[in-house]
Parts: sequence; structure tokens; C-alpha cells
Amino acid sequence: MINLALAWAEEYQKQHSEVRISVSGGGTGIGLAALANNTVDIANASREIKSEEKQLAEKNGITPKEFIVARDAIAVIVHPRNPVSQLTLEQISLIYRGKINNWSEVGGENRPIVRLSRETNSGTHVYFLETVVRLGDKKDKSLFSPNTLLLPSSEGIITETSDNPNAIGYDGLGYVAPSVKTIAIAGKIGEHYVLPAVATVNDKTYPISRDLYMYTPGEPQGTILDYLKWVRSTEAQQIVTNLGFVPILGNP
Amino acid sequence: MKQTNFQTLFQPEKQDQEESPQPKPTDSLSERIITLLIRSSGYLSILFVSLICIFLLKEGMPALLNVPPASLFGMTWYPIEGYFGILPLILGSLLITVSAVFIAVIFGIATAVFMSEVAPNWINEILKPLVEILAGFPSVVLGFIGILALSPSLRILLNLPTGLTAFTGALLLGWAAIPTIVSVSEDALNSVPRSYREASLALGATPWQTIWGVTLQAARSGILTGVMLGIGRVIGETMTVMMVTGNAPVIPASLDALFMPVRTMTATIASEMGEVAKGSTHYQVLFLIGIILFLFSLIINTVVFVISSRRLSHSDRLLS
Repeated sequence: MINLALAWAEEYQKQHSEVRISVSGGGTGIGLAALANNTVDIANASREIKSEEKQLAEKNGITPKEFIVARDAIAVIVHPRNPVSQLTLEQISLIYRGKINNWSEVGGENRPIVRLSRETNSGTHVYFLETVVRLGDKKDKSLFSPNTLLLPSSEGIITETSDNPNAIGYDGLGYVAPSVKTIAIAGKIGEHYVLPAVATVNDKTYPISRDLYMYTPGEPQGTILDYLKWVRSTEAQQIVTNLGFVPILGNP
Repeated sequence: MKQTNFQTLFQPEKQDQEESPQPKPTDSLSERIITLLIRSSGYLSILFVSLICIFLLKEGMPALLNVPPASLFGMTWYPIEGYFGILPLILGSLLITVSAVFIAVIFGIATAVFMSEVAPNWINEILKPLVEILAGFPSVVLGFIGILALSPSLRILLNLPTGLTAFTGALLLGWAAIPTIVSVSEDALNSVPRSYREASLALGATPWQTIWGVTLQAARSGILTGVMLGIGRVIGETMTVMMVTGNAPVIPASLDALFMPVRTMTATIASEMGEVAKGSTHYQVLFLIGIILFLFSLIINTVVFVISSRRLSHSDRLLS
């Protein structure tokens, strides 16, 4: 969410010169850990806070308050010359679990599949683990295949995917560049294959979409409350659209 | 500063040509203050290192209590779900270190021999500063070159599934370690007395036989020191490996694991330290990995120390 947070902060500071906002990156895990340690005013998160993280924060006397600020779709991407254009969620799950290892098994060329992922500190990673690898089953304990490449940034994923015909990767819709090809996904065999877009996220036909959050340590007051209200306003949500994410419908 | 140290170590012939003993330094106040300042700087360094040591141990040792050894020495590293197997990380670091040092030793010693024994002076004037520039490459720049240029080329050249492999990391780290090995080895080779080479040539050996059988042997401990320093540099490298090795926690089981992604200890700490809650098991295990890295450095530095002090007595005996 860093590019979104930066764009918002920049625009807000332009309009309110007396406010100073500093944004730092590192992933959802880092933001929520900082929230529990009370070193930040707002933690951006691309997944919901875990119960352990909530407990840790409460141990330090902090009650995290959750605000949904945007929506996002996770796009599954491949090399532009990869003949495969559509996959089911189950196929993607089997690929990332290491059970499908060659593109020919899903209708592609005879090439080994190289799986790309974000690092474990990324909310996108955890969300993908729960929703795609484990297919939403809370009791499932499967993991990413150990030879999944864990790249430290979204840029790394795009670079490798756009260059390597064997690669499959995933990332937030806002990070997808024209240099890679997006796969249409069906929730189950027999359902329609859907490409990620604003429309398909909002009408819930795209199976891998999620909410993006901002957490504050307790009820937000004063400047922080103003900022949060602004972030959910039409003007700020236009920035969401510009960056390739999905704006939340309706305003508070 | 390192160079002068080794020059004095490897010139056992240099007699102390001082004249009559100098008068004792006066016990004036300024002398005592300066002595005090210098002494406290020395003691402070010891203090800082000890404090770092204590901090590492304090934060990392509890991991040994909180994580059962079966899990700790298991084969899966996936800390957000409680899998704390550090074996893939240690082996990943070792694989890259050994490969990188192999590459660096071959090119480094060859360059050092070239610069010290074969090349005419004017080439050295150009070569030495160039090698020093190599040493100045920031590790992010190396990583950048790796992702954008080296990795795709290796993938196409060697027909690998992906170019983000241990081999890519080893090439780049070997590149980074070469200047260390070259400068220390070159100093060691330069310090071998001319009489050795002359004696060998007088006995009828060819220049190459002299270099291989006499000069290199005489400079052995210095070269070994350079190699150990190179190892130390490589094992601690973080940014480059994070960008080009793929960070996949697999156990390197066979020789072609060199051409597969790996995950190093350093990249693990760098990627994950920010997200851990202070005092959690994950936090403690990361510190344990830090302790292991520290131990490796300690071992390497101790070996360097032992080698350089031991060999001195050998060459002393040889010369008398």
C-alpha cells in the first residue's frame, strides 16, 4: 500500500501545509508491529490484523481501531508470451503448493514453473496464503512450496515476471505493469474466468479481492481523524482509482 | 591501515635500526591526558564489542529454550506459521560463501600473482587503483546489476528455470571479495624476499616454477589471511543476496542446488526483523541467527589471527 499512502500524504500536505505526514514502508507486518509498540499514528495494512497482533497491542495498552480505506484485487501475472490466459483458483493453489510443476500441466508450453511471491512480512503474501493457497480453508495448514522465490518488493516480482517466460507471480492490481500479462481466474471449474478490474472487484465476481485498511492506536483524534475522514472522501478515492486500486463505494 | 600491519608482519628481515635508546617520555600532564584518552578509546572498543555480544546473547539464547530442537534444526523455515527450521538458512549461506570464495580465490590470487610477479610497473599503476574501485561498489548496485543484467543472461545461457540463483549471488559476491584478496595477497607476495626468487632461478627453476613452488609457498599465510578476510566479507553480505538469490528456503541437497534459489541468514534477518514483535519467538530466533553469524565471523577472525602469528615463527626459523 505504500504508493497509495505516499500519494495520499503528498496530496493532503499540499492542501494542509501545517500538517506533516511521514510515510515509511516495510509491509503490513512491520506497520502492525509498530502499532503494537506505539511508534506510529497510523498503520497501513493490506490484510486484517491478526488476533495475536491485536493481543500484543492490547498488552501494551493499545486498542487498534480499523478503517477500510480502499479495495484491491490480487492479480496473478505471467510472462506476456505465455500462452496460458486463464486458470482456476484450485490450479493456482496447486501450483503454489508445489503440486503442479510444469506449464504443460495447465495448458502451456513444456517449461518448469517458477513461482514468485512477496516476502512473509507482506500483507499481500499472507492474504494470498489464506485465500488462494489454502483456498479459504482455515483448517488447512499447507504452505507455499519451499522453492517459491520470496522477493523483497513488488518491483522485483514485475521485473522477473516480465523477463522470465517460466514465471508466475501475484501482486496487488495497482502494481501490475503493461510489461506482464494478467490471468483471468475462475473461482471453480465451470464458473466464468474473470480478469481483475474495478468493476469485477466491486460486484464481487473476481475471486481474489480484498479490503485495504488503516489502523490507529485507539480512537483517532484531531488531525489524524481529519486525515482519515479525508482519505475516505471522493477526492482521495480518485487517487485510489488513479493508482489502479479500487475505491470504496459510498462515503461516511 | 591493514596493509601496513601485514607489511610489518611479512618483513622479518627488517632490522631495527634505531640509534641510542630515546629518553623516557616526560610525565607531564599533557602526556598523561593523551595516554588516558588513547587508553580509554581502546577500552571503549572492547566495551562496545562486549555490549553487542551480551545484547545478542540476551535476545537470542531464549530461542533455544522456546523452540524445541527438532523444530529448530528442521528443514522448513516459515516463521509466520511457527516453522523455525534454521538449517536451510545456514546451508544457504554456506553454499554461497563457499562458491563465492572459490571464484574470488581463483581470480584474486591470479590477479595478485600477475600484479606482483609478472606485470611491468606501468600496468600496476593502472591496475591497483582499478581493483580498489572494485572494492567501493555498494552492494545494492551489485544487486541491481544482478537483477537486471546478470540474472536474465544466466537464465538464457545456462537454460535455468530462473536466473535468481545461488550461482548469481556467488558470482557477484566473488566480484566483491576479489579486491580484499588481491590487496592482501599482493602485499604478501611483495614481501617475499627477492633472495628466495633469485635462489630458485639460480637453481634452474623456470619463472612459473618459482612463482608456484617458492613465492606462493612463502607468502602462503598472507594469502590465506586475505582469503579468510574475503570469506568474512562474503558471509556478512546482505543486500546483494537479498536481491538476486531468490530467498527461497530450500535445503541445498545436491550440486545443482548451486543453480537453484537459496535463502541466506543475512537476507532472512534483513527481511524479517522489521515485522517481528519485540520478544516474540520469531524475534528470538532471528537473534539466534545473528549469534550464529557472529560465531562464524569470530571463528574466521580467530583463524586469521592464529595463522598470521603462527607462521611468523616458521619463517623466522627458516631465515636464520
